[in-house]
Amino acid sequence: MQVTVNINGEPVSHDVEPRTLLVHYIRDHAGMTGTNIGCDSSSCGACTVHLDGEAVKSCTILAVQVDGQELTTIEGLADGDTLHPMQQAFHENHALQCGYCTPGMVMAAVSLLDECPDPTEEQVREGLEGNLCRCTGYHNIVQAVLEASGSTA
Amino acid sequence: MIPVAFDYERAESVDHALTLLAEHGDEAKLLAGGHSLLPLMKYRLAAPSMVIDVGRLSDLSYIREDGDHIAIGALTRHRDVELSDLVNTEAGLLAAATSRVGDPQVRHRGTLGGSLAHGDPASDLPATVIALRGSLVVSGPGGSREVQADDFFTGFLEIAIADDEMLTEVRIPRRPDATWSFQKFNRRAQDWAIVGAAVVVDGGTCGVGLVNMDARPVRAAGVEAAVTSGASAEDAAALAADGLEPTADLNASVDYRCHLARVLTRRGLEESGR
Repeated sequence: MQVTVNINGEPVSHDVEPRTLLVHYIRDHAGMTGTNIGCDSSSCGACTVHLDGEAVKSCTILAVQVDGQELTTIEGLADGDTLHPMQQAFHENHALQCGYCTPGMVMAAVSLLDECPDPTEEQVREGLEGNLCRCTGYHNIVQAVLEASGSTA
Repeated sequence: MIPVAFDYERAESVDHALTLLAEHGDEAKLLAGGHSLLPLMKYRLAAPSMVIDVGRLSDLSYIREDGDHIAIGALTRHRDVELSDLVNTEAGLLAAATSRVGDPQVRHRGTLGGSLAHGDPASDLPATVIALRGSLVVSGPGGSREVQADDFFTGFLEIAIADDEMLTEVRIPRRPDATWSFQKFNRRAQDWAIVGAAVVVDGGTCGVGLVNMDARPVRAAGVEAAVTSGASAEDAAALAADGLEPTADLNASVDYRCHLARVLTRRGLEESGR
């Protein structure tokens, strides 16, 4: 089936099987490999992207389901060489260790602040419960999200 | 993990979905948010040859007052239920339980109707709708019928819906004065409940639904009767596991699940002011 989506503002169209998962569409068909596949079972959040502005897990969505909709992936956050404030906060707080969970973590964190612009630390931790860091580096991730929100200096 | 190949149709209306269901019978599955069905298909526990996508039927996404109950369209997303002022004010238990489903990404996609139609005893929402004495509207070729939540969940992942029918609306009695508590016991954030208790208290009566305590979502009828006859929370909760047959798994033995049901029911009753 022909599936057309806007990814990071650019229209993309590919003929795919109905069983094609959105994350495979993004990585293998659109060629954007910033979005990672972790658990492949909607637990770890590594594949988190924004669908019409909201964080979703792209391993548990079929590409055909999102035909005609808007996607943002990690590649779409920065403005040229200028990092998105969330990316900058992750950078400054060393909010990653191996880095595998980072694209999904950043996308989930941006969506979290869209919905809850001034969160407490507890709200950040609960808001990121759908994203696992197997290095267990949560402390700096939470600090980065709080800094990006302006809740801490 | 990739599902077995299937044909895909996007339904443009409820009638279109019903026509497709009538055409494909038990070879077809309805796809709403996909957060119950797609994992089953990826694990190849389900392999429908036709997937009918009802996810874009926006006329089944609503929350509104309708006489003595709140009417919620089957395709209303968890996120919208969680944030609804009406649900928070008049069915706070449902808002609280919904806010504990999965994680934010799951709640952006998953729907109330999809979760209920999946009929999983380990899910938070079926037991919650049982506790609230909700009902479900099922539409088919002959029109619509209303099914009480107690009669809707018939077995493990089995519900009282024929192959040519679909769930279209969930009805929850309006209870602005009720107190409630949702107790979910799990080991890690985002996990399914090892056991859960959905408790609502309204005057001298209560509703108690239990998660993961039998092959299907169940009502703790003995607890409800005891509360109605004036028993203390402790005495009533002692009856929580009576007659139920939970399964054992890596997380819990049968005895441990029964213990959890009693403890969580007691906490739920106490938190609800009993």
